[in-house]
Amino acid sequence: MTTEPPQTILRISKLRKFFAIRNAWNRRIGWLKAVDDISLEVYRGEILGIVGESGCGKSTLGKTLMGIHKSSGGEVVFEDQPLVNLTRQESRRLSRQLQYSYQDPGASLDPRWKIRRSLHEPLVIHSGLDYQERDERVKSILDAVGLPQGHLELYPHEISGGQQRRVGLARILTLHPSLIILDEPTSGLDVSVQATILSLFLDLKKQFDLTYMFISHDLSVIRMLCDRVAVMYLGKIVELGETETIFNHPRHPYTQSLLAAIPVIGGERITDNFWLEGEPPNPSALPSGCRFRTRCPNALAICAESDPPLRSDWPHQQVACTLAE
Amino acid sequence: METLRFLLKKLIEDRVALLGALLILLLIFTAIAAPFLATFPEDIAEFHPPNRLIAPDGTFWFGTDRMGSDIYSRILFGARITITIAIIAIGVSVIIGVPIGLIAGYYHTWFSDLLMRTSDIFLAVPQIVLAIAIAQTLGPSIENIILALSATYWPFWTRLVYAETRSIQKETFIEANIALGASPIRVMFMHVLPNISSSIIVRTTIGMGGTILTAATLGFLGLGAPPPSPEWGRMIAESREFLPEAWWYATAPGLAIFLVVMGFNLFGDGLRDILDPRIRRSVRHDD
Repeated sequence: MTTEPPQTILRISKLRKFFAIRNAWNRRIGWLKAVDDISLEVYRGEILGIVGESGCGKSTLGKTLMGIHKSSGGEVVFEDQPLVNLTRQESRRLSRQLQYSYQDPGASLDPRWKIRRSLHEPLVIHSGLDYQERDERVKSILDAVGLPQGHLELYPHEISGGQQRRVGLARILTLHPSLIILDEPTSGLDVSVQATILSLFLDLKKQFDLTYMFISHDLSVIRMLCDRVAVMYLGKIVELGETETIFNHPRHPYTQSLLAAIPVIGGERITDNFWLEGEPPNPSALPSGCRFRTRCPNALAICAESDPPLRSDWPHQQVACTLAE
Repeated sequence: METLRFLLKKLIEDRVALLGALLILLLIFTAIAAPFLATFPEDIAEFHPPNRLIAPDGTFWFGTDRMGSDIYSRILFGARITITIAIIAIGVSVIIGVPIGLIAGYYHTWFSDLLMRTSDIFLAVPQIVLAIAIAQTLGPSIENIILALSATYWPFWTRLVYAETRSIQKETFIEANIALGASPIRVMFMHVLPNISSSIIVRTTIGMGGTILTAATLGFLGLGAPPPSPEWGRMIAESREFLPEAWWYATAPGLAIFLVVMGFNLFGDGLRDILDPRIRRSVRHDD
């Protein structure tokens, strides 16, 4: 990383995504707060990890940023442009710059389309290039992700899962985006394939000047790859900071328990405090005050009174816990 | 091209569907080549009272009717009417029904509900009754039969396409293409429609059989083309007063309708097995 001050590429402030919970008569009986007042900055050229349990709102955060889900409130500024309530033209122009890579990129390919046509599609939609120009771009991207040209003539089901991921990435890269949201990009892959895919991410980042938002529940991958990490719990960021700081000195009890849950062969645990117990509470009926208090071993009466905001009392680290020190 | 070869191969393996396909081909061939195959092509319009009600023999293969016209020749020309009615009525139904279903399924607004409730209203009215009302009001003619059939058949495609669109919308690749910036029209017609096309093709094939049957019913009720048009349903209606003595009079058009409808149904079932393996025809077990 350079020494000059980091440049913000994406600024999220108080972003919300609530899903209405309806009863059998379609009456709204409550809200599921999948993303609850999240504020976050992503710096150009970094890899920001978003980590948390299943159902904590990681993917919803990514999809809301992409406009796949309509946000319920808050602001997003991307490349100095507000990203909420855009007209279709504006959002089309911005969606070239901001891309989302699905958990299973193979499933993001139309099963009836050959790889070539799927890779041409983003360029057909967004650029006025003719067939020859598009094909050149497609072929150079295909080289970059390490797939043979012959794959252009195949259908998605004819290639392996790892290759489908590469095609999914290639499809996104054809538009030369500046920020890519990677949603669980390594889930469901062999460890060996994971490793090659991860190093491919790093190569592509260098080659195309990319910034990644890396959504994952795999802490070891996060630690290896990310510059900064945001830990999410039930729609909120509970801890945010530089990867090394957080992994070495987790201050939020939730982060501490997550880290304790990493099995390490032959080594001692990163933190040996305690194990996380029980299931997260129902996100449609959050506890009062701090939403982690029902599972927190340190919880005191004060925790039930108010929801703690992120505190920046430490260098390179922000923690949303009243008791953290 | 590959898909076509695959289809052909599967079709040859499936004897029943092949039989259906052959019956359909026979119908099409008959309709096209009617003037060359017919032994008395001018008998469509001409009467020969001395020849009335002759039993099938070497000259009149399927016998003659009450006007003395050759039934065999009339059946051949009747195939033209049948196929015209079926193709145009189904074509119109598909053209109206599919886009409505696609739009109603793709968007989740009050407008989708409006479209679907409208199609429900059409479905709630018994087909034959609505067709009779239309044909009765506008007068008996082939055009009105086609209009009546189109007006009553389109909701079937709407319902099918609506359901299929709703279910395929949950697939990641549809969402991914929307996220990529593809316009709704592009997603609907380039991703959704091709992926649900097999169900539409199957429904259309089976629908052809149903349409032909309904068209024959309307013809039988006297609402089709006016005489002396060789409409199969009308021919059966005419034959009633001469049964059971002139047994051949009703037999030929009856068999023609039966074979054609069976052809479309068998072929449609076979296509479903090939294109849409989710819903399989029950498989016969050898003992």
